[in-house]
Amino acid sequence: MDFVVEMLNIRKEFPGIVANDNITLQLKQGEVHALLGENGAGKSTLMGMLFGMYRPDQGVIKMNGSEVKITSPNVANDLGIGMVHQHFKLVHNFTTTENIILGIEPKRGLSVDIKSAAGRVAELSKRYGLNIDPFAKIEDISVGMQQRVEIMKMLYRNANILIFDEPTAVLTPQEISDLIEIMRNLIKEGKSIILITHKLKEIKAVADRCTVIRRGKYIGTVDVKNTSEAEMAKMMVGRPVSFKVAKVPSNPGETILKIDNLNVQSNKKVLGLKNFSLEVKAGEILGIAGVEGNGQSELVEAITGLRKVESGTISVKGTDITALSVRKRIDTGIAHIPEDRHKRGLILDYTVEDNMILEVYKNPPFSKLGLLNRQAIHEYANKLINEFDVRSGEGGASIARSLSGGNQQKAIIGREIELDPELLIAVQPTRGLDVGSIEYIHKRLIEQRDKGKAVLLVSLELDEVMNVSDRIAVVNNGELIGMVSADQTNENEIGLMMAGVKGGTHHE
Amino acid sequence: MNRKGLVSLIAVFLGLIAGAVFMLLTGHNPFIGFMFLFQGGTLTLERLGNTLATSTPLILTGLSVAFAFRTGLFNIGTPGQMLFGGFCATVVGLSSDLPSAVLVPLMVITGFLGGALFAAVPGILKAVFNVHEVVSSIMMNWIGYWIVYYTVKAYFTGNMETESRLLPNSATLRSPWLSNLFGGSYINLGLLVAILAVLIIAFILNQTTFGYELKSVGYNRHAAEYGGISVNKNIIFSMMIAGGLAGLAGVVQYAGNANNIQIGVMPTQGFDGIAVSLLGANTPIGSLLAALFFGLLYSGRGFMNAMTEIPPEIADTIIATIIYFAATSVLVERLLDKILKSRQATKKPLIDSAVQNTDNNNTNYGFMPPTEEEKENVPKGDE
Repeated sequence: MDFVVEMLNIRKEFPGIVANDNITLQLKQGEVHALLGENGAGKSTLMGMLFGMYRPDQGVIKMNGSEVKITSPNVANDLGIGMVHQHFKLVHNFTTTENIILGIEPKRGLSVDIKSAAGRVAELSKRYGLNIDPFAKIEDISVGMQQRVEIMKMLYRNANILIFDEPTAVLTPQEISDLIEIMRNLIKEGKSIILITHKLKEIKAVADRCTVIRRGKYIGTVDVKNTSEAEMAKMMVGRPVSFKVAKVPSNPGETILKIDNLNVQSNKKVLGLKNFSLEVKAGEILGIAGVEGNGQSELVEAITGLRKVESGTISVKGTDITALSVRKRIDTGIAHIPEDRHKRGLILDYTVEDNMILEVYKNPPFSKLGLLNRQAIHEYANKLINEFDVRSGEGGASIARSLSGGNQQKAIIGREIELDPELLIAVQPTRGLDVGSIEYIHKRLIEQRDKGKAVLLVSLELDEVMNVSDRIAVVNNGELIGMVSADQTNENEIGLMMAGVKGGTHHE
Repeated sequence: MNRKGLVSLIAVFLGLIAGAVFMLLTGHNPFIGFMFLFQGGTLTLERLGNTLATSTPLILTGLSVAFAFRTGLFNIGTPGQMLFGGFCATVVGLSSDLPSAVLVPLMVITGFLGGALFAAVPGILKAVFNVHEVVSSIMMNWIGYWIVYYTVKAYFTGNMETESRLLPNSATLRSPWLSNLFGGSYINLGLLVAILAVLIIAFILNQTTFGYELKSVGYNRHAAEYGGISVNKNIIFSMMIAGGLAGLAGVVQYAGNANNIQIGVMPTQGFDGIAVSLLGANTPIGSLLAALFFGLLYSGRGFMNAMTEIPPEIADTIIATIIYFAATSVLVERLLDKILKSRQATKKPLIDSAVQNTDNNNTNYGFMPPTEEEKENVPKGDE
């Protein structure tokens, strides 16, 4: 046996839930082992135990055949286990080297010996093909490079077991293939990798074996080479899954949303959206593809009235709405499924009922002369709860905070679709949801399109944009790089455009 | 009894225990001490009336703080608003000889407007320039203090340099009928004003679109903005209403419990309003009950001093301790959470079966179960 890490029959309970139930994961020396499961399946809990953040209630963890007790992340470090977190833990105004040595600074007398550390970073960088500039500041380098700094942190600490937690979520397709290359290099140098993901394509591309868990239970471990994506998806979800979104070709009508030469400032007080022009027609889904932070939020907030426009115009059905209030825009027929359901989408301390009327409380029958009509609100909420299958402890009287993420999202989607908008803006509508929910939400979006509504879909998941949209606008650095039709493009083309390479308009 | 109410009761209980420990440490019998403390506020009709009168301004300042809290604002300017509102009412009362039935309501309205005006300043500063309301409303306290100090001294001085002329009885909330009912107590119509205010505010918060907007802004201003609610407008209105309520506290204090205004004194009821609101879980009815409790302690204090050896300083300390526990009720809440959680964790079998239920049922994806037709249409194998 040449297992470097074995987690045998692991069980972990949290109050109210069994997060891991009899799960076994065995990592061979020199392999990339994928850990596949939906959100909430227990992947993070399992890895948390390997990294010393929790202790298992039952089961043993063995390294190279002998049992170990990993009581804290420091112990994990000493055992050579390192983790690249999904959200990077970097100090933005430090250099890469300063970040890498944080906590284990080499000292010369009283001062930090940056020079020798930078030398070691450069040497490791060369050996693994990471291409890190030891003196670049984090705030000046790309997200993909920041991830490499995180990887370097582990290598600098001599980790042999590397855990990657959803590493591709923030990367462009090109950066993803670079990352896959880096992972191969790491394996060549004798490291072993656990890859946490729910993306089957990446597992196919890089992993040797794959362990699937579902709702805290061990489903099985398969050889990736001999297993199809569909088979793995079925193991993950528990039933066959369709990858393609079923839809008929679009039938675009009149222009609903027209954006002309829009300039919008970002939170950093620089232009987050530059000379941006766009049209969305009735009966089509326009997808916005781009890496996070390239002007998507500014675009959506400008259309919905949550952010001031510097110059340019926005019109809906020929009416200029650039200067209108949020309320007036809602009345014009704009509905918005916001990116962050906790920040914007819901008032978490309100009941589900009260959340359902967030945009319409002033309209009859929900209020009259400033008095709320509880009965009407109650009926309206119940209707939405039934129609969109929002599950909660006490129905409409449940506090929104107590609902699961998927049910919170369904509540928001129901609320927005019920507004019967001319333009539905859906931003990351499936973030953090399981496969079943994603299918359902996509179906609802296409249903809106087929009813002749305009849909603007903003998503960081390229697959989602490509599957659901009819046309795709690619943004980079606040500019519209190009527009392609979804059925005539491929991931590579969009990926290049996401990285800022112009092109694509030839499809029009 | 809901959770919040339970937390408040526990806070009171802990405060009383701490008070008992104080009495024990200073060599007094806590049972006798507490007996006289509570008898002092309730033993006779007159004492009961005085307790209610003492509570009256506290109800209104507590309500003021609670109302602002619901919109996410910390109104720490209640003393200034109370002083200025009471001052405005006093000025009207001293400068006019309208019949009582017109004058008193006019004074109540003036008091409300005075307080609202005073709170509008921090409200507007917050809405327009994002100046934190705690800083600006504390400053307003001192502006109010000195305006009253100067104006009363210059134009309305009475027998003593430190207070205004006395209001005629027709220009106060005093009611001989109510006084007599409570054995000559100084209870007055201010109590009705306070109760009415509690009911109106509870109604606004729970039954109106205005209340819905205010609470939306308080709970999550980003979501409120998203829903088309004007955050700035609601911040200004919320501060003004809170200030108006504190202004009413000034009216009932200076033209009800007393009949003139003192200068050079910041009314203690203002800051006590914060403790009242906290103990009352920031709800109107909660504030009413909490204010009655504080009123009971304040009016029983004297009786305890008189009947036992417990020195007045100890009595004040006990009250302060209870206020302290009320104010830190969030600690009590955490403790309660912990107890509830650890109790839940021991109920293992129930949870196990719940998880198993969802797991063994293949059609339960935690989302929409597919119809028979959909099940048929699911494509098989690779796409």
